[in-house]
Amino acid sequence: MATPTTGTDALIHARGLTKRFANLTAVDAIDFDVERGEAFGFLGPNGAGKTSTMRMIGCVSRASGGSLRVLGLDPVEDGPRIRARLGVVPQSDTLDTELLVDENLFTYARYFGIARNEARRRAEQLLDFVQLRDRAHDRVEFLSGGMKRRLTIARALVNEPELLLLDEPTTGLDPQARHLVWDRLYRLKQQGVTIVLTTHYMDEAEQLCDRLVVMDKAKIVAFGSPRSLIDKYSSREVLELRFPIDATPALDKLNGLAQRIEVLPDRVLLYTNDGEAAAVAVHSRGLRPEAILVRRSTLEDVFLRLTGRSLIE
Amino acid sequence: MSLAMTGALRVLEHNLVVYRRTWKGSVFMSFVSPILFMAAMGFGLGGLISRGPVRTVDGLSYLAFLAPGLLVATAMQSGYVETTFPIMARIQWERTYEGMLATPLRVLDVLAGEFGWLALRLGLGSVAFFLVMLVFGTVHSGLGILAIFVSVLTGLAFAAPILAWTATRRTTNSFALIGRFLITPLFLLGGVFFPIHQLPQLIQGIAWLTPLAHGVSLARSLSVGALQSSAFIHLAVLLFYASAGIVVARITLRRRLVT
Repeated sequence: MATPTTGTDALIHARGLTKRFANLTAVDAIDFDVERGEAFGFLGPNGAGKTSTMRMIGCVSRASGGSLRVLGLDPVEDGPRIRARLGVVPQSDTLDTELLVDENLFTYARYFGIARNEARRRAEQLLDFVQLRDRAHDRVEFLSGGMKRRLTIARALVNEPELLLLDEPTTGLDPQARHLVWDRLYRLKQQGVTIVLTTHYMDEAEQLCDRLVVMDKAKIVAFGSPRSLIDKYSSREVLELRFPIDATPALDKLNGLAQRIEVLPDRVLLYTNDGEAAAVAVHSRGLRPEAILVRRSTLEDVFLRLTGRSLIE
Repeated sequence: MSLAMTGALRVLEHNLVVYRRTWKGSVFMSFVSPILFMAAMGFGLGGLISRGPVRTVDGLSYLAFLAPGLLVATAMQSGYVETTFPIMARIQWERTYEGMLATPLRVLDVLAGEFGWLALRLGLGSVAFFLVMLVFGTVHSGLGILAIFVSVLTGLAFAAPILAWTATRRTTNSFALIGRFLITPLFLLGGVFFPIHQLPQLIQGIAWLTPLAHGVSLARSLSVGALQSSAFIHLAVLLFYASAGIVVARITLRRRLVT
């Protein structure tokens, strides 16, 4: 399945991109293009192939098949040249715990060949940007998880990258820390930085991504804007009915009330464009659920529909 | 300056920034350890020997015999210590290398920087040791100063293959075994405390297969100023282990980090 292309200006261009390990195909012939200035998401459960894809884009993993161009260059031939223009926020922070907060930024800037004075200037500026200036001379190990994540993001910006790769940028963060990270990413996008991120948080994808692909079992199973995916794979609203365990009504009692009905052990989900009307209809059929909730359909509904509800490890 | 050199220098600079926080303790220790060893082994054990029937070892006072061996053996131990747990931390626990490789740096830059830095550290330790040797009066020749380089090279001859091994490990179980079955036996039987020719033939043969015996022998002949043609063999063995180790380390570290 191919995402639509808009020409040759794509910052990342992948066709049939494949990554195989010994007896596992982590990425199975996927096609996608990332355009300059957009925020592009890889959404999928654990093990779907998101990180393997990110590592190939980041030129630290060689594709087993297909073609990949990053910034118009070949990742195998031009790894160092590409990486000089990338910012990478890996899944685990990889901060240097032997160094202080500002030293982390300084030494990282030096890896890019940035002059010492300039490296110090950027370190200060970036600590302001991620609101860590007052922790500049602290040891990294004493930072909270959210602070470490922000420092990792600051570090990824030290070379003023054109393309920022973030692998699960907010996994494990508390709500305040997540919102601060989202706010900073949004600002970067407004400054023209192209952002590619992986996530399994639907709200994150809805908040940040202009376009995204849903990956499952090494393949792309859907692509589009968050809104278009919801329109295509879900309904405008979802009516959630909660019944006592083992008292779920037979499906035929609900027939015709919604475009799609999903029966879970403790709940019934009715996908419909008018949740209120469906609720009234449920009531008029004599059903008495313990709780009723009408909500907007989210990317989560799309995701679960596409990748299934069973636990994926 | 070539690209490879600049990359290595940036990694080396990183280690220097880390070292700024710990250098005092490290410099202090690099003097304490040789002073203690020289005092205990030289005055204590050496005192017994000088009053005994033999009096000298291979024609030298025991302290003069021992000192160059200890110099080199200390470098061997540093080479081992620096390339097991600290490297494992940078590969797997702290993932420092993953961070480095997301920049223009390549695996070769990381390795060159680490070995360059290790050579500097071994050099500092060896200079400190050499100064202690001068104070104890065990250096009999101006050539002795070259023993510093032999010491560094011996340290690298252990560090490079051990780092190559570390890059293949997911656990630290084998590190203690390397200490127990390689480093400690060599320290005791590799010609540091007594001449290798006193050992059974088989063990002599094994000792000469390792870099330590060659490093000790070379450093000792430099310290005495009695260089023989075998010096080239010693040097060749040390260079072989160091360079082969680096070649293999490049392969194993790349296989580990660039997957």
